[in-house]
Amino acid sequence: MHSFSQRFFANPRVALSLLWLSFVVLLAIAAPIIAPGSPFAIVAKPFAPPLGDFLFGTDSLGRDLMAGLVHGARTSLLIAILATLAAVAFGTLVGAIAGFYGGFVDDILMRITEFFQTIPAFIFAIVLVAILAPSGTSLVIAIATVSWPPIARVVRGEVLTIKAREFVQAAIVAGQRDMAILFGQVLPNALSPLIVTGSLLVANAILIESALSFLGLGAPNLMSWGFQIGAGRAFLRDAWWLVTVPGIAILLTVLSINLAGEGLNDALNPRLRDL
Amino acid sequence: MGGGRLLRYVIRRLLQAIPVVLGVVVLNFLLLQLAPGDAATVLAGEAGGAPLEYIQQLRQRFGLDQPVLVQLALYIKNILVLDLGYSFRNASPVLPLILARLWPTLLLMGTTLLLSVAGGVLLGLLAAVWVRTWKDHVISFAAIIAYAMPLFWIGLMLILAFSIKLGWLPTSGMEDAAAFYEGWERVVDIAKHLVLPSITLALFYMALYARLMRATMLEQHGLDYVTTARAKGLTERQITVRHMVRNALLPVVTVAGVQIGGLLGGSVVVESVFAWPGLGQLAFQALFARDLNLLLGIFFISSCLVVAVNIVIDIVYLVLDPRIRVG
Repeated sequence: MHSFSQRFFANPRVALSLLWLSFVVLLAIAAPIIAPGSPFAIVAKPFAPPLGDFLFGTDSLGRDLMAGLVHGARTSLLIAILATLAAVAFGTLVGAIAGFYGGFVDDILMRITEFFQTIPAFIFAIVLVAILAPSGTSLVIAIATVSWPPIARVVRGEVLTIKAREFVQAAIVAGQRDMAILFGQVLPNALSPLIVTGSLLVANAILIESALSFLGLGAPNLMSWGFQIGAGRAFLRDAWWLVTVPGIAILLTVLSINLAGEGLNDALNPRLRDL
Repeated sequence: MGGGRLLRYVIRRLLQAIPVVLGVVVLNFLLLQLAPGDAATVLAGEAGGAPLEYIQQLRQRFGLDQPVLVQLALYIKNILVLDLGYSFRNASPVLPLILARLWPTLLLMGTTLLLSVAGGVLLGLLAAVWVRTWKDHVISFAAIIAYAMPLFWIGLMLILAFSIKLGWLPTSGMEDAAAFYEGWERVVDIAKHLVLPSITLALFYMALYARLMRATMLEQHGLDYVTTARAKGLTERQITVRHMVRNALLPVVTVAGVQIGGLLGGSVVVESVFAWPGLGQLAFQALFARDLNLLLGIFFISSCLVVAVNIVIDIVYLVLDPRIRVG
């Protein structure tokens, strides 16, 4: 039996995904150094084709596409990660309470979870951002609000099985408080499915953020990949790179997170690998 | 299954839908409370456009001088009689505006649903039959890619390839308004306009269903009924087509039902890319005009639509799998 890290990093898909993700994270962190100044600044004449003075050319207003991509990586990752953390925190709370207390509380909480899974999530996100006025914070709130139900379901399922195990029964008999049992005994054992679901949520959050920004609901002062595509779509005929390049950035990033998440799942549950 | 029992089932499902619909109304009300300013100014359209008397009239109708619970009750009462308010931007009540845009969205959704389920089932089936060969790898790889592409970007790339470079299909709209086609010619024209938007929206779900179908087919391999069928002397082809596909279809139908809300959300994006004159594009226009009342109306009607389609899918499920008892 190999160790977790051997199983995880030996998977070539995972290795490639992690390589791309570290590259994007690096770009995001170093954005102010790589592309100093505002990514909205006009630096050259409009529609300069790629591979000229600027690696990816300039857009309809003469903004450097590369600078936008680098700053966009920052926005996309930051908003996606914050939204996922908020969704994981809230979903875990709902799922843990529902699974731990069962009965009436469980019924109510699961009905609410189902309700949020039934309503058209993306339209709800649009309405939320429109009402809160577009900003980084409202994007995070909107994405988190539509993303928590799967987490709640996963955590509830785990809590239900773990609750029946002897060590939890022992903790109850030993007279530990409910919250101490939940956070000290139950949840640490539910961590691996939570991490897998959470990592896949980051990918989904990037897709939602890019779609909202594409529709013009992004944070007005933050450059993002979705915004770049939205700004370039009118010039698809003459300046295809304005739409193509940021789209490939989104595609590769989401793909890498999905593959890394699947690899994480395989490595955490080695018995399931051959299914 | 008798018609009477089916009818009773449908009625029970309709009753179960009531809390969901009420939930959406309450959610809408809470959203209105979140907006800056009071509900009347929000409903009248933020950037003005509505006369002052109308805002006064709104304040009275929504009982804004009364406690929140009374306001909520009034709001629910208005929506339940399908009075969704008035859109000053469009100079029309909200409900007919939405209903006029309903059928293009239903057409797009229906086509996408058929395309994605049929394509996903077929591709997943082929991948399972060809498991661990290069053909399986190609299908699985394509599915992973399709799963990671933003919808609006797929749409723009398809426009770039098939409309701009190749010139095969129209870039936008639902029909050629200047051509005044009638009868079959009009149907063909709409079908041509439908190709790119429905493929755009279907690719993601096709990938999802293909992966699900492949996994379920592979799971079925070891089950007893397959061994029995093999022992009876059926060929592998007969076992796959007659027995396994039927069983593997059920999870796909279940997930297709769960995904309806997502499909409707996706159509907002796709419709705004292709200028498809449906609910999604109306939502996009409402966004730009800051017409929150119209937006909330669209959210309400589309939630009802999801609930309705889910009921229809549950009935399809019953017909597919008679083992499920209607009880």
